[in-house]
Amino acid sequence: MIKNNLFKYLFIPLWFGILILPFMGIKGAVFTAIAIGAGWGVFFFLARLNILRLIKFELPFRKVHVTKRNAWFANAALLFISLILPNFLNNYYIDVLTIAGMYAVLALGLNIVIGLAGLLDLGYISFYAVGAYTYALLSTKLSISFWMAIPIGGLLAALFGFILGVVTLRLRGDYLAIVTLGFIQIVHIILKNWDSLTGGPNGILGIARPRIGSFIFSQPIHFYYLILIILVITIAVVNRLNNSRTGRAWIAIREDEIAAEAMGVDTTRMKCLAFSLGAFWAGITGVFFAGKFAFVSPESFTFMESILILSIVVLGGMGSIPGVIIGALTIIILPEVLRGFANYRMLIFGALLIIMMVVRPQGLIGSQKRKVELHPHDEKIYLQEMESLYDVEKG
Amino acid sequence: MLVQQLINGITLGSVYALIALGYTMVYGILGLINFAHGEIYMIGAYLAVIVFGLLTVSGITAYSLPLSVFIVFAAAGIFCGAYGITAERIAYRPLRHAHRLSPLISAIGMSIFLQNYVMLTQGATDKIFPYVIPPSGVTIMGASLTYLQMFILAASFILMFLLHLFIKNTRLGKAMRATSQDKRMAGLVGIDIDRIIAITFVIGSILAAAAGIMVAMYYGSVNFFIGYVAGIKAFTAAVLGGIGNIPGAMLGGLLLGLIEGLGAGYISSEYKDVFAFVMLILVLIFRPAGLLGEKISEKV
Repeated sequence: MIKNNLFKYLFIPLWFGILILPFMGIKGAVFTAIAIGAGWGVFFFLARLNILRLIKFELPFRKVHVTKRNAWFANAALLFISLILPNFLNNYYIDVLTIAGMYAVLALGLNIVIGLAGLLDLGYISFYAVGAYTYALLSTKLSISFWMAIPIGGLLAALFGFILGVVTLRLRGDYLAIVTLGFIQIVHIILKNWDSLTGGPNGILGIARPRIGSFIFSQPIHFYYLILIILVITIAVVNRLNNSRTGRAWIAIREDEIAAEAMGVDTTRMKCLAFSLGAFWAGITGVFFAGKFAFVSPESFTFMESILILSIVVLGGMGSIPGVIIGALTIIILPEVLRGFANYRMLIFGALLIIMMVVRPQGLIGSQKRKVELHPHDEKIYLQEMESLYDVEKG
Repeated sequence: MLVQQLINGITLGSVYALIALGYTMVYGILGLINFAHGEIYMIGAYLAVIVFGLLTVSGITAYSLPLSVFIVFAAAGIFCGAYGITAERIAYRPLRHAHRLSPLISAIGMSIFLQNYVMLTQGATDKIFPYVIPPSGVTIMGASLTYLQMFILAASFILMFLLHLFIKNTRLGKAMRATSQDKRMAGLVGIDIDRIIAITFVIGSILAAAAGIMVAMYYGSVNFFIGYVAGIKAFTAAVLGGIGNIPGAMLGGLLLGLIEGLGAGYISSEYKDVFAFVMLILVLIFRPAGLLGEKISEKV
C-alpha cells in the first residue's frame, strides 16, 4: 500500500521531468522534477489537513444584510478613497492605476457579453481598436475634439458589435469563440496592411490630447480622474442593466437559450444588444487610449490583450461587478509587484485560467446565481440557494 | 503559375488536414474545441529541431539520414502524445461535467501556458531547421514539385490512410466511434470512456507532431507562435469539412490549403490569412454543419 502510494508520488515529478527534458536539458528537467515533487508533497500535506477547503471560501459580507444605506456608504467610501489616492502616489503608480481603470471598463463591457449573456466573445479587443482608430483618424485628419470622439467611437464600436452579433447569431458557444477569434485576426491584418488609412504597422502618431478650453490633459493625474469618471459611469450603467428586464433576459439566455426563447425572450434582439452594448464600452475605452497615449498601432490590439481581459473577467467572477474590478486591479497591478517575474506574466495567466476553471469557476467574487449553474452537482450550494429562496418567500 | 499554386496549396493543405484531424476527433468525442492543439503542433516542430540537432551532434545524421528522420518522427510523436495526454488530464478531465464555457476557457489557458513555456525555455527568436532533403525536384507543366513536397504529401496521406484503417477496423477504433456517438451508452456497454478519450488525445497529438515536423522541414524555421495561427486554420479546416467528421477534416484541410494558395497567388499574399477566416465565417453562417457533416437538430 505504502509502496503503491510512493510510486504514485514519484510518478508525477518523473513524468513532468521527462516532458520538460527536451526543452530544458537534463539540469532543468531534474530541477523542475524536484520542484514539482516538493509542490506535490506540500499539496498532499495540505489536503490531509483539510486546508484546501479554504479555496472554497465565502466572503463574510455575504452574510451581512446589505441594505441600501450600507451599500451607499460603502460606495461613497470607495469613491472617496479613489479620489484622494493619487495624491499619495508618484506618477508611475498613477499611470498603473489609470491602466487598471481602463481594463476595468473593458472588462465590465466584456462582462456584459460573457458574464451576463454567456456569449464567449474572444474578439472583444477589436472593438477597442475600432474606438482607438476612430479617434486617431478623426483627430489627425479632421481635427475633431476628444469629447466629440467619445460618443462617435462608442457608437461606431457598438455598430461593429451589432454586425458581429448579427453575423454570428446562429452559432453556438464554441463556434462563436472561434469566429470571434477569426474576426480579431481579420481586424489585425487589415490594420496592419491598409497603409493609406491606418498607417500600417507604424500606426498613427500625433493624436491630439483631450482639452477643455485652454486646459490640456497632459499629466497622468488628469487621465486618472478622466478614467475614474468613465469607470463610475460604466459601473452605474452596468449595474442598472444587471437588475433590469434586459439583464434578466440575458441571464436567461445564458442559462438555457431554448427555455428562454420559449418563455418569450427575444433571443436575437437580446444577443445583438449584448454584443453592441459590450462593444460600446470598448469603443469608449479605445478613444481614451488614443487620447492618453497620443499613438495607436496594431500591436496594441492582439489576441493576447483579449485574453488579458478575459482573465480579468474570469478571475474576478463572471457576472459580478465588484469581482471584475478586483480582477482588473489584480491582473494589472500584480505584474508591477512581481517585476522580476515580468517574463512569466503570460505563463502565470495561462495557468491561472486553468486553475480557476478547475478549482473555483465562479471567480474570486462570483455572483451567487452563477455559482449554482457552475456547480450543478454540489448539493450544499443547491440547498443554500433553496434556503435563500425560502427566506425571500417568508418575508 | 496555376499549377505551382495548386502544388503549394495541396502541400500546405495536407499539413492543415493532419492538424485538423486532432481537432475533429476531440470535438467528435468531447464536444470541446481543444485550443491547445495548435500548441502541440508547435511543440512537435520544436522537438524536430531539438532532436535533429542532437542527432547531428552525435553523428547519426551523417551515418544515415532516413534513420535520423525516423528517429525525429518517433521522438516527437512520443513526446507530443505525452503532452497531449497531460493537457487532457490536467485541464479537461476535471471539467468533464462542468458548464460548457469552463473547459473552453481552461483550454485557452493551456494554450497560453504552453506557448509561453516554449518561449521561456527556447527563446523568442526563430529556430533554424536545416534542409535535410535537397531543395531540388521535378518539373511538372512548368511548375516545380520538390522532393520535400513529395515527402510531405506522401507522409500525410499515409498517416491519414493509417488513421482511417485504425478507426474502421480495430477494436479501439470501433470503441472510439461508439464513444463519439453516445458517451453514456458506450460506457454502459463496457467501454472505458476515460481511456478512449486519452487515446484520442494521443492520436491527435501524434498527427499534430508529424505536421509540426514537416512544417519545420518545409519552412526551415520554427517559432513559438506558429501554433496559434495554424491552430485556427486547422480548426477552420475541420469546420469546413464538418466538425467531428474524419474524412471531412481531410477534405477541409486540402480545400483550405488550395484556397489560401490561390488567394495568395492571385489576389494578395498580405491578406492570405484573411481568406481562411472569411471562409470560416461564411461556412459557419451558410452551412454550419460543414461540407460533409450531417445536420443534427438540437435536443431540448
